Amino acid sequence: MPAAELARIDHERRQARVALVEGREPGITPVKYSEPAEHGAHKRGPGVEVGARNQGPAPKRIVTGYGFWIFLLSDFILFSGFYAAYAVLSHATAGGPTPGKLFNLRTVAIETAFLLISSFVCGMATLASNARNMLWTQIGYCVTGVLGLGFLILEFSEFGRMLAEGAGPGRSAFLSAFFALVGLHGLHVTVGLLWLGTMMAQFWAKGFRADVLRRGMCFALFWHALDIIWVGIFTNVYLLGTSP
Amino acid sequence: MNQNEPDTGKSGDVAPGDTGDIGTSVRNYLIGLVLAAGLTAASFWVAGGTSLIYAPGVAMGLAALAIGQMGVHLVFFLHITTGPDNTNNVLALAFGVLIVGIVIAGSLWIMYHLNGNMMVPSQIMDMHLQH
Repeated sequence: MPAAELARIDHERRQARVALVEGREPGITPVKYSEPAEHGAHKRGPGVEVGARNQGPAPKRIVTGYGFWIFLLSDFILFSGFYAAYAVLSHATAGGPTPGKLFNLRTVAIETAFLLISSFVCGMATLASNARNMLWTQIGYCVTGVLGLGFLILEFSEFGRMLAEGAGPGRSAFLSAFFALVGLHGLHVTVGLLWLGTMMAQFWAKGFRADVLRRGMCFALFWHALDIIWVGIFTNVYLLGTSP
Repeated sequence: MNQNEPDTGKSGDVAPGDTGDIGTSVRNYLIGLVLAAGLTAASFWVAGGTSLIYAPGVAMGLAALAIGQMGVHLVFFLHITTGPDNTNNVLALAFGVLIVGIVIAGSLWIMYHLNGNMMVPSQIMDMHLQH
């Protein structure tokens, strides 16, 4: 068979396949996957299953949020290992300083307030970005970042004070576990601050595009999750360590 | 789907962090903030030593307050609810909580018994000195 003939048959087959997929073939109706069902369609009543089944894949915002939620849960599991290590080792002070002598609850209270308000303001910034208000989005992220930075400065000055007193991570198993756990959280906050800066830049440069909004949503989830982890830390490490 | 529209409310599911209209959302965040601040203040108050709580129960009280506050954060800030549109998120959370519980409770349990059962008396003395 000559090459030209082969090419012609090949071309015809390809066209037929394209036509089939696009629904141009006679007798075939195209399948619409992304037909939006009206809100609350899954509540229509028994027997009428027009929920997720007829809609095709969930919107990207849902999928992204769910995936990021899975990541956050894996992060919680990472932290649970560090919590467990701290809980097991918190009495192994090897004759060194004990939690009650080292920690300053006033600083911890200020750190906690910073992080809680920061989390709240981050939620406000997310709402502002969903409402497409550039000014309040940027103000919200800015306040979030300043409070997060205040938290980090307080935390690192505490670390510096402890190191100067000779209570570094090498002093005892308790202090190793302490610096690992609290330091890991501080590292997360640092990464969060970098991410926050890029989010502000992205909203500024790219506007309220759907993909940028999705990233903003993920950032807000991350920031709220850090606050949840901090609740565990200030209870487990600071309050339990210093309570009489 | 139009790339410029936020695609909320069109499917049967919501992402964690999805919110409704702005007035309700702000109110929800405010409720969450007030509850979380109250629980934090209560934690610090309990830890500061109060005569209202039986002293050996302080640790339990603190744990309860912390778990309560985590719940507040999850519901009001991350918007993990028990609604039918949130099943996937809640199931994932339940699995995460299971693993976290196994890791922490399991570690404490094992290490407690290791300390109690597997030491010769001289080492137990060492452990007591370390405390």
